[in-house]
Amino acid sequence: MIIAIPSDKESLDSAVCVSFGRSPFYCLYDTETKQSTFLVNSAADSPGGAGIKAAQILVDNKANILITIRCGENAARVLQPANVELFKALNLSVADNIFAHAQNKLEPLKEVHAGYHNGH
Amino acid sequence: MRGTTMAIEPTLAILSGKGGTGKTLVSVNLASVAKKATYIDCDVEEPNGNLFFNPTKEFGKLVTVKKPVVDDALCDGCHICVDFCAFNALALIGNRLMIFDDICHSCGGCLHVCPQKALSEQESPVGEMSIGQSGTVRSISGYMNIGESSGVPIIAELLKHKDDGLTIIDAPPGSSCLVTESVRLSDFCILIAEPTIFGSHNLAMVYSLVSLLGKPCAVVLNKTMEGGNPSEEFCIKNSIPIIGRIPFDKKLGSLNSVGKIVAREDEHYHEVFSSILKKALEEVRS
Ligand code: SF4
Ligand code: SF4
Repeated sequence: MIIAIPSDKESLDSAVCVSFGRSPFYCLYDTETKQSTFLVNSAADSPGGAGIKAAQILVDNKANILITIRCGENAARVLQPANVELFKALNLSVADNIFAHAQNKLEPLKEVHAGYHNGH
Repeated sequence: MRGTTMAIEPTLAILSGKGGTGKTLVSVNLASVAKKATYIDCDVEEPNGNLFFNPTKEFGKLVTVKKPVVDDALCDGCHICVDFCAFNALALIGNRLMIFDDICHSCGGCLHVCPQKALSEQESPVGEMSIGQSGTVRSISGYMNIGESSGVPIIAELLKHKDDGLTIIDAPPGSSCLVTESVRLSDFCILIAEPTIFGSHNLAMVYSLVSLLGKPCAVVLNKTMEGGNPSEEFCIKNSIPIIGRIPFDKKLGSLNSVGKIVAREDEHYHEVFSSILKKALEEVRS
């Protein structure tokens, strides 16, 4: 199973990024091999639709679980049909969130926020 | 070539930094005092020019834009269109392509890059437009369906029906790309400003937009009262011509609020707006 977490820095002790679509990196943690890798988010500076593109990147990297502080409506429209499960991140490091998930201590993320119009 | 050439008359765009400053009041009345004019209501999110004109409807149509649709039988999930779309309106889950119509900008690019020819275009309605007549005024207006992300295609459609006669464009409030689209064809912009500090900030905002677009402009001061007027000070400081002042007047407010065109109801206001129009046309020609 692959867990994805938006992260501010390329390290396991980084804080979880407050934004999903505009996060600079994603930590991908494979629960079987216990390996973590970091992806650069090429959607971070998209003028519009960043959430969709970021979600696409995670789907392409076979993420099964996303641990995040928040998630936009557009991203959810891609993640849900791809069966990516969403969990609400705790105010802890990336590593501690992975640990909390393993201990079933994370709540499912219930609310997704409406997208912002891109200024037409 | 014909023996006589018809002169092309100017197009004036009326702008303000926010709603409720008297933009529609000025637009509707300027169109009404002209011998003959076309009024185009580009405020497609909240069109209310026709509440004043109440025109006979002569023409109407749906406004559509082209959106891609996928033939799942042809799509092999190659990802090329997803990577191509600059607006991120496409996503691929497994082998299923998802198309986000509200994010798509109808550029048509994905159709061209698809190696399987799996994408085609479909007309999708985004709003409606109509043309009608009210006295000497030809009124063109339209509205955007709720939930659409952009009014630009509707404004573009309205502007297609502009002729060579005098045209008054009632632009949407603010300084978004809807405003830019609305004033694209205008020769001159008239900025409506209220006599408050907030009003002068809004004026500064639209003034910087029209300057950026290289459009000459002038200001009409609305709801003026005794005492200082920050908007007037802004005009003086930036050498913007002031072509009219509309004093705060309860009678004007009450006629306007019940959808009456004051220039058609009241001799005094007929003169006020005739004078503004005359000065605007002098500015255009100068
Ligand atoms: S038409 Fe253009 S904006 Fe719309 S999905 Fe295709 S490439 Fe993207
Ligand atoms: S480019 Fe064509 S074949 Fe490839 S994913 Fe897009 S629609 Fe499918």
